[in-house]
Amino acid sequence: MMDVGRHPNITLLTYSEVEEISGYVGNFTVRVRKRARSVDEEKCTGCGTCEEKCPRRVVDQVFEVGMGKRKAIYRPFAQAVPPLPVIDRDNCLFFTKGRCKLCEKVCPTGAIDYTQEDTILEIEVGNVILATGYDPFDARRISQYGYGLYPNVFTSLEVERMLSGSGPTGGRVLLRDGETEPQSVGIIHCVGSRDENYNPYCSKVCCMYSLKLAHLVHGKTDARMYEFYIDMRTAGKAYEEFYKRLQKEKVTFINGRPSEILPQDGKLVIHVEDKTLGRQIRVPVDMAILSVGLEPRHDAQEVAHMFGISCDADGWFKEKHPKLDPVATLTDGVFIAGCAQGPRDIPDSVAQGAAAAARVLSFIRQGEVEVEAATAVVNEMMCVGCGQCVQACPYAAIEFLEDARVARVVEALCKGCGTCAGACPSKAITLRHFTDRQLIAEMLGAINVMEEIVAV
Amino acid sequence: MSENMSKRTYEPRIIGFLCNWCSYAGADLAGASRLKYPPNLKIIRVPCSGRVSPELVIRAFREGADGVMVLGCHIGDCHYSTGNHRTARRMPVLKALLAFTGIEPERFLAKWVSASEGELLAETVGKFTETLRHLPPLQEVLEQGAGDPP
Repeated sequence: MMDVGRHPNITLLTYSEVEEISGYVGNFTVRVRKRARSVDEEKCTGCGTCEEKCPRRVVDQVFEVGMGKRKAIYRPFAQAVPPLPVIDRDNCLFFTKGRCKLCEKVCPTGAIDYTQEDTILEIEVGNVILATGYDPFDARRISQYGYGLYPNVFTSLEVERMLSGSGPTGGRVLLRDGETEPQSVGIIHCVGSRDENYNPYCSKVCCMYSLKLAHLVHGKTDARMYEFYIDMRTAGKAYEEFYKRLQKEKVTFINGRPSEILPQDGKLVIHVEDKTLGRQIRVPVDMAILSVGLEPRHDAQEVAHMFGISCDADGWFKEKHPKLDPVATLTDGVFIAGCAQGPRDIPDSVAQGAAAAARVLSFIRQGEVEVEAATAVVNEMMCVGCGQCVQACPYAAIEFLEDARVARVVEALCKGCGTCAGACPSKAITLRHFTDRQLIAEMLGAINVMEEIVAV
Repeated sequence: MSENMSKRTYEPRIIGFLCNWCSYAGADLAGASRLKYPPNLKIIRVPCSGRVSPELVIRAFREGADGVMVLGCHIGDCHYSTGNHRTARRMPVLKALLAFTGIEPERFLAKWVSASEGELLAETVGKFTETLRHLPPLQEVLEQGAGDPP
């Protein structure tokens, strides 16, 4: 990440959002809202003094998943790139109560700027790569596991934070009381994945991270570990070997999806049908960890719509071809990488990111794009400007000229499907090589041939 | 009347608009797999089922087709992403309107056939031809019904 931050050809726009994109491959114009971080990026050195001195502590719902605190002026996490802090205006004492300004006083470079406002940037780009990632599944949705209800039911991300030496517990795995180490821990796989009620797909990464959590939690607490799984999916280089290693450690693997977790005598009892034993069992544990699955970003549909691509049935960005073209989309110049396309682990995401970058580079190197020969064309004399074709086009390749009140096809974008020609009520838009005249002539020929056949 | 019909040799003429990427390839597969289907279908290749305007279908009926098929990719499989979504909305409306014009709605068929469904294509064409055989030639229907109020 540091390399990206330092690269002369890469401009990082963090704390920013794309609001609008127009144009086509090679000629996109992107409007970006750069949010006011109340810190002058030019002056800030990222020394962190402001963060240290800030008197206001806020529960960090994002990086510390509600288990730790941050300041009102903060960096999302210690290794964030660029290392610039942001003032959380909803909690900052100056913005809420009008006094404090301590960060301004302590800043050695005078980088704090309370008057900063959102800025809108217009950027010209040739290609776009969408790598917007995923949202973790909200474990509260599965009420029978009691997350949020029973204190000692944790999500995998919470345990992940506890395992971190700089995390809220300083690297100790503790129950919700913040003191006791668990004696027994149950890890439940496929929470929100492979479940017709929530997400039918496999989230792919949970088996491996659950094994990792079992390994680390056992290493820290010496607790008895249970893994409740449907199928152990450890496909990947050296993954199966790790699974084999865990089998030799103090981990019990139980094949079955738990039906519910209930508290009993200060413990959590996990009810499950052990498929190997073929009977219902109840496993009492001190701590239950829910291995939450991956979900498309909550705003994936809007982002897809904005960039003129589509989402598949599960809500992930749809690729051009699942096997032969996994990083391209149906919109030329827009590529996807990582979990935005579907659940995948780090090696796969890295490979996809590199692949998408290589695809963009090859486009840049070519300097020109090949367009379809059979594109649609508008007869402007006949166009009544109803806009039907603009709506029909799957590629947003038709623009509406407001002053002339007619539609115009952007040939670089048109793929020649002819949906516009099918929709045009005044027959002003035609598809080259598939015009109405040509199709009707073909039809007449076909009917005449059949007439002969029928006559015989 | 129907007795009359069955005695006469009548081969329905079918015009099929098949999308290039799924149904046309499906027809190719049917051929390559040596599957038999009636020769009553004459295929017109279109890039996408979304290209087929209702006017084209009506025109086919006017020019002497006894039946018209529009076949495209399954929803979600469209080569052009969402071209067939248009077909899915357009064609049922057209089918409903056909009865109003005096053409039996059974003479029109819109269906999804993928490139791997050669068998389904052959079966669909077979069934459709059979349906049309049980109907009189369209020309006769139209001549007869010309005087009747709708």
